[in-house]
Amino acid sequence: MSTSFYVSPEQLMKDRADFVRKNIARTGSVVVLNYDGGILFVAENRSRVLHKVSEIYDRIGFAAAGKYNEFENLRQAGVRLADTRGYLYDRRDVSALGLANAYAQLLGSIFSEAGGKPYEAELVIAEVGERAEQDQIYRIPYDGSVVDHRGFVVIGGAADAVTAALESTYTEGPSLGVALRTAVAALAQSGGNGGENRELSPAQLEVAVLDRERQQPRKFRRLLGAHLTALLEDEPGAEEAAFEENGESAEDASGAPAAESGSDELDTNSLIDEALGEGGEGESTGDN
Amino acid sequence: MGTQSTGWSGRGGAAGDYGLMRAAFAGAGTSFTEFLADYNPEYLPGRRAASLGASTGTLPFDPPHGTTIVALTFPGGVVMAGDRRATAGNVIASREIQKVFPADDYSCVGIAGVAGLAVEMVRLFQVELEHYEKIEGTTLSLDGKANRLATMIRGNLGLAMQGLAVVPLYAGYDLESSEGRIFSYDPVGGQYEEHGFHSVGSGSVYARGALKKIYRADFDATGAATAAIQALYDAADDDSATGGPDLTRRIFPIIGVATEDGYRRLAEAEIAELVQEVVDARLRRPDGPNAPLR
Repeated sequence: MSTSFYVSPEQLMKDRADFVRKNIARTGSVVVLNYDGGILFVAENRSRVLHKVSEIYDRIGFAAAGKYNEFENLRQAGVRLADTRGYLYDRRDVSALGLANAYAQLLGSIFSEAGGKPYEAELVIAEVGERAEQDQIYRIPYDGSVVDHRGFVVIGGAADAVTAALESTYTEGPSLGVALRTAVAALAQSGGNGGENRELSPAQLEVAVLDRERQQPRKFRRLLGAHLTALLEDEPGAEEAAFEENGESAEDASGAPAAESGSDELDTNSLIDEALGEGGEGESTGDN
Repeated sequence: MGTQSTGWSGRGGAAGDYGLMRAAFAGAGTSFTEFLADYNPEYLPGRRAASLGASTGTLPFDPPHGTTIVALTFPGGVVMAGDRRATAGNVIASREIQKVFPADDYSCVGIAGVAGLAVEMVRLFQVELEHYEKIEGTTLSLDGKANRLATMIRGNLGLAMQGLAVVPLYAGYDLESSEGRIFSYDPVGGQYEEHGFHSVGSGSVYARGALKKIYRADFDATGAATAAIQALYDAADDDSATGGPDLTRRIFPIIGVATEDGYRRLAEAEIAELVQEVVDARLRRPDGPNAPLR
C-alpha cells in the first residue's frame, strides 16, 4: 500500500482555482452590456462557426469564455433545460435566474468534485425584460458562484483591465452603436496580450443582441457583415439598418446560417480540433 | 444515457432545476424528444399507451376529434387552411379550435384526429425544431423536418392501435428548392409527399374532390387561399364534423401561408373578406364554382 501525501482542502481548492483562472485569462474577452433597446454581446472571436455567444431561449442569451468544448457542453445543457421547462410549463416560465442557479450548482459541483478536472469556463446569462429595468445579467464563474451585474460585465482574457476601461467610458442607456463602439474600444485597449492598443476588425468580433423591440418571441439576433461594419464605423442610418429585419420573420435565426453552415460542415470539425488543440497546448493566441 | 437518466431525473415530479440540469448535462444529441424520453418518458405523447392497458376495443369515452385540413401549393409557396370544429361523437366539442399551427419560421402543420394528442404533438414538434436549431446552429432541411414528424407519429402507434390516431398534414417552403411542398402521413407514421394539393380529416374526401376541380397550378397566394376556403365549404356541406364559416359569430377558417419570406398566418380581416366573397357567390350558386366539362 502506498501512502499519498496530505493536501489541505484550502490548498486543493486554491490550486484548482489558480489553474482555471490562468486558463480562462488566456482566452479572448467577452463583454455583455445594456443598451437602450436591450442587451448587447461583444466577443473577440475569429471563428464564424464556433460561437461564444448564443441563444438559449426567447429572452435569454448565453456568453462564455474559456475552453470551447467545455462551455459548449454547458450551453447545450442550458438549451435542454430551458426547452424542457418551456415545454412542461410555459414559455414565460423560463427565466435567466433559474438557469443561472442551475448552472451555478452544476459548475460548483464540477469544481469541487474530487478526481475530476474543474471546468475552464466562465458564463454570462442575460435576459432582456419587457422594460429596461427588468433586464438581468448574471455572471457565473468557474466555481459556481453567481454575481448579479448592472450595466455591463466582462469575462475572460484581461477581464479586469477591460472592466476598468469600461468603468470610465460606459454611460447608462447608450444607443446600440455607442454601446458597441464603447465595448470594442475597451476590448481593443486592454484585451491584447501585451496590453497594447489594437485595432479590432469586424472579422475578429462576434456580436449579437437581445433586442427588446423584436416582433418575434425569440429576441436573440446576430449582427453580421455589413450591418456590423456600418455600426462600428458610425455610419448614418446604421442603427435603423441593423434592425430592419425586425418586422420580417427570423431570417437571421434560420435562413442565413443554414446556407452558411451547410457548406462549412467539414470545416467545423477541423475548427473544433484546432480549438481543442489550442487549449491543450496551453499556448493560446487569445483567440478562443 | 439510460443509466444517467435514472440517477438524476426528477421522474414523476415537477422538473426540479438542478436534477433537470444534471440530466441535461449528461444528455447528448440534437433531439429534444429523445432527451425528454430519457429524462421522463411519461412526458411524451404516445408513451402512455401502456397505462391504457392492452384493450383494443372501443374507448369508454369519445375524445374530441379535429376534422378537415387542406393544403395547396402555388408558385413560390404553400397555403394551409383548417376549419374550426372539433367533434366528440355527435357533439360539437369546440367551434373555434385552432388546427393549423406554425411549426417553425418556414413551415406549418395542420392536425386531424384526436385533438388532445395532436395539439400535444404539435407543441413537441415545434420545440423539436427550435431545439435542433439552437443546439446545431442551423436549421433542418424541409425533408428532415418532415421525417422528424413521421418519427413522432410512429411513437404514437400504441395509442393509434387503441383508436387514438393523430393524422397531421405538414407543409412548408423549401429554401433549397425554392418551392412550397406538402407531406401527408398515415396513423402508423408512413410519410408521403403530395403534389399540388392534399387534404386530411373526416371532410377530406369532399375537400379533395372540390380541389380537383378548382385547383390551378398558377394560383397566387390569395387564389390558393380562396380555393382552400371553397374546399372547406364543400367539406362542411357534406361532412357533419367539418364546420363551415360562421358568419354570425365571425369564426373563420385559419389560413397560413409559407413563402420565402417565412410563415405568416393571414389576418382575421383578410380571411373575412375572402370568406365573404365565397359565401356571396354561394348565395347565387350553392354548389360553388362551375368547372368546365372539357
